[in-house]
Amino acid sequence: MTTPERPTGSPAIGGGGAARPPLTLDDTSEVRLEPTGRHPALDRPVIEVDEVRKTYSNGSLEVEALRGVSFGIQSGEYVAVMGPSGSGKSTLMHILGCLDVPTSGSFWLAGEDVSTMSEDELAHVRNRRIGFVFQQFNLLASLSAWRNVELPLIYAGIDRSARKERALAALDRVGLGDRIEHRPGELSGGQQQRVAVARALVTDPDLILADEPTGNLDSVSARDVLDLLEELHRSGRTIVLITHDADVATEAERVMRIRDGEIFEGDLADSAAGLP
Amino acid sequence: MNVLETFRTGLEAVVTHRLRSGLTILGIMIGITAVILTVGLGEGAQQQVSSEITALGSNLLTISPGSTTSSSGIRGGFGTASTLTLANATALDSKTVAPDIGAVAPTSSESESLVAGTTNWTTTVVGTWPSWLTVRGRSITQGRFIAGHDLTTRADVVVLGSTTAEELFGARDPVGQTVTVAGLPMSVIGVLNTVGSSGDSSSTSDQDDQAIVPITTASTQLFGGTTRNSVSDILVQATSSSTLSAAYQEANAELLSLHGITTPADADYTITPETSLVSTATSVDKTLTVLLGGIAGISLLVGGIGVMNIMLVSVTERIREIGLRKALGATPRVIRRQFLVEASVLGLLGGVLGVGLGLLGAWILPHFISDPIRISAAATAGAIVVAIGIGVAFGVYPAGRAAKLPPIDALRSE
Repeated sequence: MTTPERPTGSPAIGGGGAARPPLTLDDTSEVRLEPTGRHPALDRPVIEVDEVRKTYSNGSLEVEALRGVSFGIQSGEYVAVMGPSGSGKSTLMHILGCLDVPTSGSFWLAGEDVSTMSEDELAHVRNRRIGFVFQQFNLLASLSAWRNVELPLIYAGIDRSARKERALAALDRVGLGDRIEHRPGELSGGQQQRVAVARALVTDPDLILADEPTGNLDSVSARDVLDLLEELHRSGRTIVLITHDADVATEAERVMRIRDGEIFEGDLADSAAGLP
Repeated sequence: MNVLETFRTGLEAVVTHRLRSGLTILGIMIGITAVILTVGLGEGAQQQVSSEITALGSNLLTISPGSTTSSSGIRGGFGTASTLTLANATALDSKTVAPDIGAVAPTSSESESLVAGTTNWTTTVVGTWPSWLTVRGRSITQGRFIAGHDLTTRADVVVLGSTTAEELFGARDPVGQTVTVAGLPMSVIGVLNTVGSSGDSSSTSDQDDQAIVPITTASTQLFGGTTRNSVSDILVQATSSSTLSAAYQEANAELLSLHGITTPADADYTITPETSLVSTATSVDKTLTVLLGGIAGISLLVGGIGVMNIMLVSVTERIREIGLRKALGATPRVIRRQFLVEASVLGLLGGVLGVGLGLLGAWILPHFISDPIRISAAATAGAIVVAIGIGVAFGVYPAGRAAKLPPIDALRSE
């Protein structure tokens, strides 16, 4: 496994919308995919979802969690996916996060068809292209902040010293440069979620997928984390925020409502008129 | 993710879950210690028995009177008229007749009462000649042994075993004292070395409780009833253990011709090689070792199942961690390896500590129990290999389960 030739250190954020360096073909060759023949250039959406269906069969009972969902998300967009529980929101998040594959339809992430990938290939895509922020933080309690942040870099095969350097830069980026040796138990909820955001940033992913990132936080910490996401957005990151909370969804520049496995696109105000 | 990182991650998990790891290691450790000590005890006993048998005299053939068809019929001639004579022994002692025979010692023994002053002691009186000392592998601690001139003069001299001397004379120096054997006063000329027999007090096996007299004196003056020149048995020592079978054939051929027997099956004596005794005793001890080793092996197996149990619990307990690692890009193979490393590290640590404890036990235990413990290098190395093997073998299933966990289910679990 080779080290990706990506710029290390602190990502250029906060520079008033400075564009991220364009992706190179080396990134795709890393995961040993068939060449797609297309370069994921900036004019092409980061996410292209086309007629995606997901059916869970629970014994004789078949549940259609997604019923032909299609949408695209451009590079640098900040999109909220909003819906009540049972709407198919989590299923969509799992597919966008390459944690699961659709039953039918196609899902292209940064120019690669993810819907037909093997388990190993999906693991590589998750590692390189997606940064997760979970509701439960999901930090390893036995590891210090920076050791948690470096985890995805371990699986990317990056050597130890480069890992530490990048992990520290990412922690610095989220304002926890002075807490690098603290364990999750020694940090507040907001700080823990910041560590998780740093972990999501550290691989310089194409997509940051935040699943109810404020669900376990008090309003002050929640504000804090949302401000951080907003800041990342301004620096050119592509962010998909999954939430059931309309107030949180308004943070995004575009809201997609999901209900009964179907997507209703549009402004929050427009769609709110049609949906309770 | 390279092997070093996998190893580091696995090792960290072992350290993080100290108590659980410690208990698992303890299980393996006890198993390994049990294997090392029981095998050591078995081998120690085996070695002790063979060295005790060797102490009786090495490369030995015992020629007993009487025929027997049974291969183990060492008692075949018991009670029957003796067919072996002093002349037979003298003939076998010839280098030209039997070049592979190193030493020959005829013996005739009877239980007699020994009296010294007011002390009375009944022991085995053995009539023999000087080479008995060589054949039996014994030595003299005080005085001298029977010499050639004692035989020709039928001297009234006796050499006592250390136990016999102590029983008769206590702390006094027995050499020069007089002891009455079957009514015949004899002077003590020497005391045999102590071989430290097994503590069995039966006079036939206690090598420290006997009285040695010149065979000529014994046959003419002490033992009544038997033909003057007959002997109870003839001990033949081959020049080396490799010539034992040649010595056997030479002795057999010579005796057949001396006794005028044409068919070997009609032989009126029995030759018993000592090796059969050694191998019998050794095989008994081997059985013991295998039995003990088997029991220890079971405890090792239990330890192994302990590793599996702990690893399975570990997988269940760490579903979220596994899910997270997979979400962050760990492939199933990486997860499987991490758990395998954990399991084998537990096995290795248990094995090394178990060997340490086993060696310590082997050093301390013999101070409390009389049995020696002989540490077998093969068993020790084998135990470590088995411990790691157990870690890996019993870790494969839990590791496979961990690797197969879908990341979503794992992340969802609360």
